[in-house]
Amino acid sequence: MKKILFIEDEAALQKTFKEILTQEGFEVISALDGKTGLELAEKEMPDLILLDLILPKMHGFEVLRKLKEKEETKEIPVIVLTNLERLEDVEKAIELGATTYLVKAHYTLEEVVEKIKKAFK
Amino acid sequence: MRWKKILSELNFINRCKRYNLPLWQCPHFLFLIIGLVDIFLIFTSYALATRYIEDPATAALIVLLVAAILFILDFIIEKSVENLAEANLMKSEFISIASHQLRAPLSSARWALELLLSGRLGKIEEKQRDYFKILKDNLDEMLNLLSDLLIVSKIETGRLPCEKKEFSLVKLTQKLINEYQSLAESLKVKVFLESENDFNVFADPSQIKMAIENLLDNAIRYTKEGGEVKIKILQKDNQIYFEIKDTGVGIPKEEQKYIFQKFFRSSNILQLQPKGTGLGLYIAKSLVERSGGKIGFFSQEGKGSTFWFTLPTKK
Repeated sequence: MKKILFIEDEAALQKTFKEILTQEGFEVISALDGKTGLELAEKEMPDLILLDLILPKMHGFEVLRKLKEKEETKEIPVIVLTNLERLEDVEKAIELGATTYLVKAHYTLEEVVEKIKKAFK
Repeated sequence: MRWKKILSELNFINRCKRYNLPLWQCPHFLFLIIGLVDIFLIFTSYALATRYIEDPATAALIVLLVAAILFILDFIIEKSVENLAEANLMKSEFISIASHQLRAPLSSARWALELLLSGRLGKIEEKQRDYFKILKDNLDEMLNLLSDLLIVSKIETGRLPCEKKEFSLVKLTQKLINEYQSLAESLKVKVFLESENDFNVFADPSQIKMAIENLLDNAIRYTKEGGEVKIKILQKDNQIYFEIKDTGVGIPKEEQKYIFQKFFRSSNILQLQPKGTGLGLYIAKSLVERSGGKIGFFSQEGKGSTFWFTLPTKK
């Protein structure tokens, strides 16, 4: 079973994604802040990380940078899922090594799930 | 009518009230004062020159004094105009922040609702589905409104960089028509694209995409059942000309001059489609002009509208 780590401070979103991704056959682990997210990534070694950007304790960009710096975690694909849509944020995320950048308001739930499945292929 | 307009222009007290500024900070009032001081200056200089010509020092001193007053007034005007601009900027920034903050809970609510509607959490009765659908449609509308407001605030604060490059306008349009196919089918409207060539333009592709989306969305929505939307792309002189013609409700003649204004919705549209922001055409116009193009329309109420824009082909 593929393991997905979802780093997102909004509990309602965590719940929705956990439900749908579990139904799709994934194992979902959650972190509600950036620091815990980074620790969990190192401990659990997920197959994919879903990352919000505006997070308590550690900003999403910082989490992404640290993930890509470490030998053990740098190969894990990271999908950024955020409400920030400024071009410079998108560019920065891609430059730091994010696989995909999704603006929450632009996608339906099923579309996001499709993107996640695609990232595994 | 014309006199009324001129009179209302002169009524600076009312205009200053609209900006919510004290009289001494209001540019219109200060301009009037400067005008009066100017006239005074002319007359006194004349009087002084004729009377005290044997004492040029006094005349020069008075003129200097008046000039100094003018200078101070000028400074205050500049400051107050600056304040206005600042307030406008803050308003746009506020809209931007508020929109961002509202977007997060709305997206979250919409996704939760989508999960419910998908039936993954259990079967939903038909009647329940109808009401969930109402919730979802309204959430979608709010999210669309926020997107529009965000773009408008970006345009107004100059935070929407225009990144021009060469791309095929025909391919982009075809792609958008395909995306809008299901909406067109549900409203029984046929959309056609006519173009002899694969015309390239030099513009910001994502902004032009947004402009076409707005024009296409309007054309499809405001066309009656069984109607048609025809898009033509052709070369005119050194520019590429894009035209979208619908057989829709048209725009009443007396309202045509307001059509590109923010939040404007024509009276016949309001009866037909109460939902909508009235920002689409304002956004389309701003975006086309940012890429160096022009936009316009012709319309006849009851028969339909044709919106057109032009874009440059190279740098």
